[in-house]
Amino acid sequence: MKNKILMAVALASGLYLVRNLYVILLQLPDEAAQGAIYRIMYFHVPGWITSFSAYFLAGLASVWYLIKRDPRADEYAVALTEVGTIFTMLGLATGMVWARIIWGVWWVWDPRLTWAFICFLIYAGYLMLRKTIDEPGQRGRIAAVVSIFAFVSVIITYKSIDWWRTQHPGAVLSFRAGEQRMDPAMEGMLFHNWFALTAFAGVIMMLRLGQERMQRELDALRRYTHSL
Amino acid sequence: MGHVFTIAWKDLRSELRTKESINAAAAFSMVILVLFSFVLDISGDARDFGGGLLWLVFAFAGALVLNRSFAREQSNDCLDALVASPLPGWALFLGKAIANFALLGIVELVALPVFGILFNANWLRFPAWTLLTCALATWGMTVIGTMFSALTVNLRLRELMLPVLVYPMLIPVLMAAMQLTTALLVGEGITAEDWIWVKLLIGFDIIFTSLSLALIDFILVS
Amino acid sequence: MSEAALDVRAVWKYFGDFPALRAVNLNVARGECLAMLGRNGAGKTTLLKILAGLSDISQGTVSVFGSQGNTTDARRKTGVLGHGIGIYDELTARENLELFGKIYQLDRPAHAAMAWLERVDLKHVADARAREFSRGMRQRLAVARAFIHEPLLLLLDEPFTALDDRSIALLQRLLAERLAAGATVVMSTHQLREAMELATHWALLVRGKLVHKGERSPEIISDPTWVYRNYGEDS
Repeated sequence: MKNKILMAVALASGLYLVRNLYVILLQLPDEAAQGAIYRIMYFHVPGWITSFSAYFLAGLASVWYLIKRDPRADEYAVALTEVGTIFTMLGLATGMVWARIIWGVWWVWDPRLTWAFICFLIYAGYLMLRKTIDEPGQRGRIAAVVSIFAFVSVIITYKSIDWWRTQHPGAVLSFRAGEQRMDPAMEGMLFHNWFALTAFAGVIMMLRLGQERMQRELDALRRYTHSL
Repeated sequence: MGHVFTIAWKDLRSELRTKESINAAAAFSMVILVLFSFVLDISGDARDFGGGLLWLVFAFAGALVLNRSFAREQSNDCLDALVASPLPGWALFLGKAIANFALLGIVELVALPVFGILFNANWLRFPAWTLLTCALATWGMTVIGTMFSALTVNLRLRELMLPVLVYPMLIPVLMAAMQLTTALLVGEGITAEDWIWVKLLIGFDIIFTSLSLALIDFILVS
Repeated sequence: MSEAALDVRAVWKYFGDFPALRAVNLNVARGECLAMLGRNGAGKTTLLKILAGLSDISQGTVSVFGSQGNTTDARRKTGVLGHGIGIYDELTARENLELFGKIYQLDRPAHAAMAWLERVDLKHVADARAREFSRGMRQRLAVARAFIHEPLLLLLDEPFTALDDRSIALLQRLLAERLAAGATVVMSTHQLREAMELATHWALLVRGKLVHKGERSPEIISDPTWVYRNYGEDS
């Protein structure tokens, strides 16, 4: 039953993404200043929001794990962080393609970009760290603390466009910018794609969660056989 | 607070008796300084890269000191003896951090004049600001280094994991310290534009010190 | 003084999904000396670590001297001797003991350190570094470290393993002294003979379960396989 729901959500988000792509590519006009390439924003911005939301929830799950020592919280933390890292890579990649066209280079050492890259490094370190710890309780505790530390870098990245003068475009969404900065049709499309990507991220997250659960059972069985 | 100084005293006493990591760190910092002089085209003056170079040296050499911090507790299961005692976890952390701060300070005191001579840098242009920058940035390095030393103390592959985790976490501190040091060394001193870096250092120190003190118990009790 | 020294109720400890301790109930009265038996991996060390506050429990309650959980007060009254000796190689014998004297907030740490160095016969090397000590000397120093605050509860993990004769005799004498003073001792051990000289009670852990706790009986000492034949997995 659970699997069927998951497959249904996966299918729905897939169709939603296809529909969004159709609108983005064929119906919405080019942007005045940037031309056709601006469309990458529809994946770049929601991708980052999805990534940072995943990190935020992973941080919450980590706090929950430290308080309750519930292994499920640790599983949520790792599944969410992995999804967050995938979307961080998506965000970095889309940003680089855009930068190549608009700025002429793949990468500049600008505060926003640098902090985003630091985030990626820190969470990649988190995932590597998990692989080196065998005892699940110890892994959960150490990883949870690292996750909480790591989230500080997410906050800095998010606020970096306000704190530093940066080449990176400023806030576009009206709730963040405090005014309407883009055409409502374009902004609406951003939200559409955000929902689609978030649903998609949720599906991958649930799949990873299932794997983590199985891993936990296997691990317990292995320990049990060793104890015989 | 008595506990904090008991622990700091113990760490300083054991380290200063052998000077193992502090000698290694000082020597290593000299090696890096010389290596950099080959890589960079330096005609006498420490220019824009001066601050950056200096903090890279401190970060790499400091890691040698910080890594040892909890590793020292491991050899005879001393950490278990401390955790089982009435000593609170936060006092253990703070004591170790203070000892590490002092040790890093010693390494910096050795490295700064050498750097000044080799790269023709004048540290006394803004002495108060230089001291403040060093203190804030070193404390930030100390807190992160000590905490991650505790996190990884029981890990297999700890020598591999520690740099992978610690350096990205340190980037904010190093970035701020590099910007400020360069401004102090060759620029106009701390101008309005540099304030963001001072604030970043202070914020970093406060946030990570409180996080470490709040979370250390979860690390120590298994 | 009615409450027990140790009261362990329905304690579970999981490593992941694997239960290392399964619904352990254990009550140790004051003045008791309990020898905890069991094979490697049965959970003896895990249980001792929990009692020492080195490890959390997954379910259940642990009370030490009537106060639940891992209080500072309980830690102050507890002495722990684990697998490692817990002394610093770069500090001198005297500094090691003074350090723990300060941590346990003794009134006169320096005085206590010297007194204990004398008792474990290390006074002549008080100002030498622990690194320079022989194995037996280090073990005696470790014993002094665990006893310096005159604990009311002693938790010893395999205390007689790897000790030389002199250290065994010293440890037994000190334990007997503490017991006479009303302290409680819990030790895990494989060395039945040494342990049973002092033990008033014994308990057996089998795969994380406490299968027996009772008073010492003469059969244990005379026949080393008796315990496992009567209470072990095969019985």
